[in-house]
Amino acid sequence: MLKRVHASVLICAAALFVSGGALAAETIKIGFPIPLTGEIPKVGESTKYAAEIFRDEINAQGGLAVGGKKYPLEFIFEDNESKPETAVNVTLKLIDRDNVLAIIGPQSSRQAVPAGAVANDNETPMISPWSTNPETTKDRPWVFRAAFLDPFQAPVAANFATKQFSAKKTAVLFEISNDYSKGLADNFKEAWEKLQGKDSVVAFESHGPKDQDFSAQLTKIIAAKPDFIFLPENYSFVALIVPQARDLGYKGPFMGSDSWGSAELMKLCGDACKGQFFSTHYVAAGAQGATKEFIDKYNKKYGYVPDDLAALTWDAVGLITDAIQKAGKLDDNVRKMRKTIRDNLAAIKEFKGITGNMRFDEQGDPIKCAVIVAIDQKGDFTFKESVCP
Amino acid sequence: MEFFLQQCVNALQWGSFYALIALGYTLVYGVLRLINFAHGDVFMVGAYLAFFVSTGLLAPEGLFGFSRELTLALTIPLTMILTSLVGVTLERIAYRPLMRKGAHRLYVVITALMCGLILENGNLALLGASRRTLPVLLDKNVYHIGGIAVTNLKLMVILAAVLVFLALHFIVTRTRMGMAMRAVSWDRFALPLMGIPLDRVVVFTFVLGSAVAGLGGMLFAMSYPVLEPYMGAMTGWKAFIAAVVGGIGEIRGAFVGGFLLAFVEVMVAAFLPSTFRDLFAFSVLLFILWQRPTGIFGKPLTAKI
Repeated sequence: MLKRVHASVLICAAALFVSGGALAAETIKIGFPIPLTGEIPKVGESTKYAAEIFRDEINAQGGLAVGGKKYPLEFIFEDNESKPETAVNVTLKLIDRDNVLAIIGPQSSRQAVPAGAVANDNETPMISPWSTNPETTKDRPWVFRAAFLDPFQAPVAANFATKQFSAKKTAVLFEISNDYSKGLADNFKEAWEKLQGKDSVVAFESHGPKDQDFSAQLTKIIAAKPDFIFLPENYSFVALIVPQARDLGYKGPFMGSDSWGSAELMKLCGDACKGQFFSTHYVAAGAQGATKEFIDKYNKKYGYVPDDLAALTWDAVGLITDAIQKAGKLDDNVRKMRKTIRDNLAAIKEFKGITGNMRFDEQGDPIKCAVIVAIDQKGDFTFKESVCP
Repeated sequence: MEFFLQQCVNALQWGSFYALIALGYTLVYGVLRLINFAHGDVFMVGAYLAFFVSTGLLAPEGLFGFSRELTLALTIPLTMILTSLVGVTLERIAYRPLMRKGAHRLYVVITALMCGLILENGNLALLGASRRTLPVLLDKNVYHIGGIAVTNLKLMVILAAVLVFLALHFIVTRTRMGMAMRAVSWDRFALPLMGIPLDRVVVFTFVLGSAVAGLGGMLFAMSYPVLEPYMGAMTGWKAFIAAVVGGIGEIRGAFVGGFLLAFVEVMVAAFLPSTFRDLFAFSVLLFILWQRPTGIFGKPLTAKI
């Protein structure tokens, strides 16, 4: 009996293996280690939706044309639970078990920094659409991104705040366990001190990943009397911090970063977030051309305006498919094909994306413009100004 | 000085939530000698029930279209009743069968841990990972008293914690049911011989503990209006530690322990770099337990077991 079970398991495994091998040449597999649950589920949802629109559109035409032959796209979505350790596991699984040609994601630097190391070590090209921390791509020839970097975003925010609020003193509250939040807070502090001199950051406070009460830190910040508060925080924290600061009697403005730009921010934060500003990658209001087309398609299918990471994901998928098409043919050897994709990505001179035109520097980071968004009294994200490097 | 007093108000509000959860832990432990690790998640369920009840009742989207004041007045008792049903259900389907079979207490504690995970993941599977926010039921007013800012909601939270503590203390020390609860804690096996219905006492304990968790969840959802399935886990753990530091099984201990933990947390963040908050807070608690292993109000159990 036992022997028979063994044999049948072996046969099944062999069948899977053979069919898996045969399928590899028929479709183009791309893996998405994204946060479908956990702290930032909306991020995972936006990523998945944007990628699905792209895939369905290509597959409706019979697939992606590579060297005169059409291959359907196969996207594998894996949940990284918004945790660094899970991101590492699912990225490894996508590379080893699913044999994907390339990885798109993770989105947040907290997961993208460790997952980038895995992709680089396993020589698989990876694009993180949304990660802005320099560590994600630094000295990792296989890792790219579609977003600008924190060392660029931080001075953009500092310059804008100086001008808009005529601010001299600032305070920062950030999440200590999040590479994105911590990195951007440090960059911002540096940029602000360059602008306004030493001791112009009057409070520099942090909190942990599961905190819900920030009154101790906020009381400290308010006592230091800053002209505005900089919050490089995920939207779910923003929705808690801003009302709590108001409850403690703070009346000044807030300035945020690109992690504010989720479609869910206003639902959670409500009136308290109206009238605030943040820097980001793209803004839906007033978009034209290919960007508008994408927004309309997304809005029609899912019923809400796509946020910045949906747009960045779209660009990341565009970059990968572009690199695959440039290869001229689909190599059966996954390792060789991955190498070709990486080389083509690194060789891109200019890519016209829906979040702007981008070039890549030697670290695999794009050079592109940032946008300042104002949240108006209706709670819509509106264009304030654009800042280019 | 103002700064210090403001931090005290912050600690009182945050401590109220720890106290409300810790009271539930301590009640169940005091009666059954069972650490109900699902309690933090019962608190989370309370917050979600408050969300569903209030959106169901409130105008204009709700089924009934009640005004905000009426919704608030109805949501509090309804949430408490529904949450206590959840607590009693857990006792009925998870803990009681095991206890009946004479399972060691350790297995029941592990079962409680699993029940908590089932509640978290069940919520995740049923409702999705998207966060929810409680509709505004109370117009927030910020009062400035001598440079200290408090809102009406914060005062309500602190008042609720104090009232719940007094009510539980009264029930346990002054009523017949309370006497029965203390008796169960003293000797579970001799109790039925005295004609005291053991099951009814146990169910009553779970009703009390879960209703308090439901009230806590509702107030929490009003104060921190971002609901997610794992919201009860960390807060629940910390409240459990607060109950242990206060002396688990003692109503006064849970109350004092909850506020103590919040004070330590807030004051560490206020006067030291906030990065060290949890490190310092728990080092202080460790020191207290090191000095008094049974907690502040606890009595040694060795004589009984």
